[in-house]
Amino acid sequence: MKIVIKNGRVIDPSQGIDGVCDLVIEDGKIKEVKSEKSKGKSQGHENSRGTKEIDASGKLVFPGLVDLHVHLREPGYEYKETIRTGTAAAVKGGITSVCCMPNTNPVNDNSSVTEFILKKAASEGACRVFPIGAITKGQKGEELAEMSIMHEAGCIAFSDDGRPVVDSLMMRRAMEYSRILKVPLISHCEDLALSAGGVMHEGLLSVTLGLKGIPSQAEEVMVARDIALAELTGGRLHIAHVSTGGSVALIRSAKKRGIADITAETCPHYFSITEEAVGNYDANAKVNPPLRSRKDVEAIKRGLSDGTIDVIATDHAPHHRDEKLGEFDFAPSGISGLETSLGLSMRLVDEGVLTYSGLVEKMALRPSGIIGIDRGTLRPGAEADVVVVDCAGECKVDAGEFLSKGKNTPFDGWTLSAKAVLTISLGRIHEWE
Amino acid sequence: MGLKSKDLVGIKALDAADIEQILDTAAGFKDVLGRDIKKVPALRGKTTVNLFYEPSTRTRTSFELAAKRLSTDVINFSVSTSSVVKGESLRDTALTIQALGADFIVVRHSCSGVAHFLADNLASSVLNAGDGTNEHPTQALLDLFTIREKKGVIRGLEVAIVGDILHSRVAKSNIYALKKMGAGVRLIGPPTLVPDVLKDLDVEIYSDMEKGLKDADIVMMLRIQVERQGKGFFPTTVEYFRNWGLTPERLARAKKSALVMHPGPMNRGVEIASDVADGMRSVILDQVTNGLAVRMAVLYLLAGVKE
Amino acid sequence: MAAFRIPKGIPVSKVLLNKEDIGRIITRMAHEIIEKNKGVSSLCLIGIQRGGVHLAGRLAARLEEIGRRNIPVGALDIALYRDDITVRKEQPVVRRTEVAFEINNEKVVLVDDVLFTGRSIRAAMDAVMDLGRPSAIQLAVLVDRGHRELPIKADFVGKNVPTSIDETVKVEFEEDGLEDRVVLEWV
Ligand SMILES: [Zn+2]
Repeated sequence: MKIVIKNGRVIDPSQGIDGVCDLVIEDGKIKEVKSEKSKGKSQGHENSRGTKEIDASGKLVFPGLVDLHVHLREPGYEYKETIRTGTAAAVKGGITSVCCMPNTNPVNDNSSVTEFILKKAASEGACRVFPIGAITKGQKGEELAEMSIMHEAGCIAFSDDGRPVVDSLMMRRAMEYSRILKVPLISHCEDLALSAGGVMHEGLLSVTLGLKGIPSQAEEVMVARDIALAELTGGRLHIAHVSTGGSVALIRSAKKRGIADITAETCPHYFSITEEAVGNYDANAKVNPPLRSRKDVEAIKRGLSDGTIDVIATDHAPHHRDEKLGEFDFAPSGISGLETSLGLSMRLVDEGVLTYSGLVEKMALRPSGIIGIDRGTLRPGAEADVVVVDCAGECKVDAGEFLSKGKNTPFDGWTLSAKAVLTISLGRIHEWE
Repeated sequence: MGLKSKDLVGIKALDAADIEQILDTAAGFKDVLGRDIKKVPALRGKTTVNLFYEPSTRTRTSFELAAKRLSTDVINFSVSTSSVVKGESLRDTALTIQALGADFIVVRHSCSGVAHFLADNLASSVLNAGDGTNEHPTQALLDLFTIREKKGVIRGLEVAIVGDILHSRVAKSNIYALKKMGAGVRLIGPPTLVPDVLKDLDVEIYSDMEKGLKDADIVMMLRIQVERQGKGFFPTTVEYFRNWGLTPERLARAKKSALVMHPGPMNRGVEIASDVADGMRSVILDQVTNGLAVRMAVLYLLAGVKE
Repeated sequence: MAAFRIPKGIPVSKVLLNKEDIGRIITRMAHEIIEKNKGVSSLCLIGIQRGGVHLAGRLAARLEEIGRRNIPVGALDIALYRDDITVRKEQPVVRRTEVAFEINNEKVVLVDDVLFTGRSIRAAMDAVMDLGRPSAIQLAVLVDRGHRELPIKADFVGKNVPTSIDETVKVEFEEDGLEDRVVLEWV
């Protein structure tokens, strides 16, 4: 079957394309991107039978987005999310590749869990799922998990996300060992002693709300350690969910020195809102690392625009409604982010922080490169993962309408100016109003 | 006139006029407490539920007596904090209590924000009797009432609050209330327990007790949780007393007319010397009596708020 | 004819009693109280907050002039005894009750400015009973405007004023910085 997406503004940094073109898809692969000039030549072939034409005039056409940091919750926490609902939510958010974190139950620390996830994704998933394996068995930080067996089964990166690898020697060994696989270790940077009991950013607000604070330094101490270990071992380090200006500065200087193989990601909530979102104990704004200060938000944006931060990932962390109701201290951390990520990130273009190409780089091309998959591109021959974005209208965020089971978002009721209106994933076309 | 909210969740949400009105009303109730018959029929037919997730004999008794003196029926509902995590959810418990027909829910909980949560989710009036390390508004109101009663005014006084400010809901509510009423506030204690960021609330911060007490009109002592000494906030209670205990010599640094206050229960010899606690300037027992009048005033005024 | 129509919503008023009238009435009521009680011994006055308090003060002054004896005067706040606390739009302000004398076995004359439904007087009697056990309670009012909802009758009435239910009777006192007068208002 042939699909032609006509007259959209196609953005593909992998080929340096930013212009109104027709995108031709054939048999689930990208066939070609036809610019205005070259269009005339092939006019005779159009409208042939079996061709679906999609009018994208006035809209943007991106390669399908790649999300490096998603909690799909299956197996074990199906009441929060399943592979079916999580991937459906991803596709609605314009995301066609999802990397899922291993903190499930059981933990994805062996190949049978990896195989289960991939099998489930193949039968129920609306998009591709790339499992991330645990660094240590049970994410306990004590013994290495069978990384290369899991890698063979399909894990594309390793992480103990949800918690850090506390023991520095264990982290050193993991980084050294992971070199045989040439895969990144994704580090959740948190000094658990400094953050102990904390539920929001430490500052005047945490003191006056009577909530225990997590200082920025709880993250930065660990970012500094992991950079030092990456330098020591030559392992590939990817720093997850960067939330503070201090972390951005540490990563920037490490990159400048060029001493280690380091990449970093942040999430939409760290450049869209501050600690103020906690308001009067709104647990939907409880997330780890916590929402930081205005200054941090500005620093994150600078980090995105100067290339210090490579990737925008969601850290999609769905929870059941009941879990976020009640005592703020007892509510689990996390934001359901798949369905707001694109809209929130597009604000960076409106604000001049990123260009469209820059945005696609952070949300599709770079993450693909980091985990070594041939996605996030519209190059001929690549998988036809495509998203058409409408950025002309206004759309209201309504958590009740989320396809994700997790309705936990501090952005409910926000008006965003962009959203995915059509996503092509796994050869299927998903369209929304 | 009248309060604007059906709940008393914290001092943060009140303005100076609200505070003034509560104190004025409390003065009327203090009269009542001086009579032979200390009970009035004002809130006959109403029901007050004391929902206590933390044991607190003092505060619960004070609220219970205040509610009874206004002729409401009182039910005590105690839930141990350990059962909170595994047991019935806060919301379910609260809805159950509301379904019993509670007009007032007096809540004490070890988590900050619980009073807010209940106020948002229930039609009953919610009175915060202390939530985590957030606020304890009626304690601050009774402290202000006591200050006003003894000093005539609040505006312009210099109030030194000494101790564990970080974990003290009493201190937080007092800081907000005193600033709203125009008093100067100094916070004194070890840097581990008095966060620098509080400077942004327009208060002075001292770690040196002698300096901080100089010419103060009011010295408000806070209870030190002895458990904190194992957690690195200070080495021992002995060293704490040596640096921040209120002794007669230190009190001499404050004004001659200075009052000594303490929300109780006191740790004699840890934060306050017995000579000072029992001394002429101590108004600690007046605070207890005034607590009753203030809590009656709050119940009475909240009963008048129509949503 | 439109020129003669009274615009809606604007209060219209009529002065019922002026300063001189009120002075005369207080003198007359003082005499009536003495006559009924055969003197002023074991007599005390308690005014109901707020108008009744001013009135009680003036009555007491007149009684002292005539009876040549100190008359104890108190102020009674009935806010906490009202039967309409939960139905009123606003909570009544709690004022002070200042009765600094024993009322046990005394004759208490309750003093109020206007007698209307009788509910305030019911509340006042309850409030007095909580202060002690007087040998008798009597009631003195400046104006009785009718419309009783309870079986209550004043012992001493300054002036009976038939009113309609939607009219209001306003009593103003020098003590509040106004001119002494009683005004009937209607909308
Ligand atoms: Zn994480």
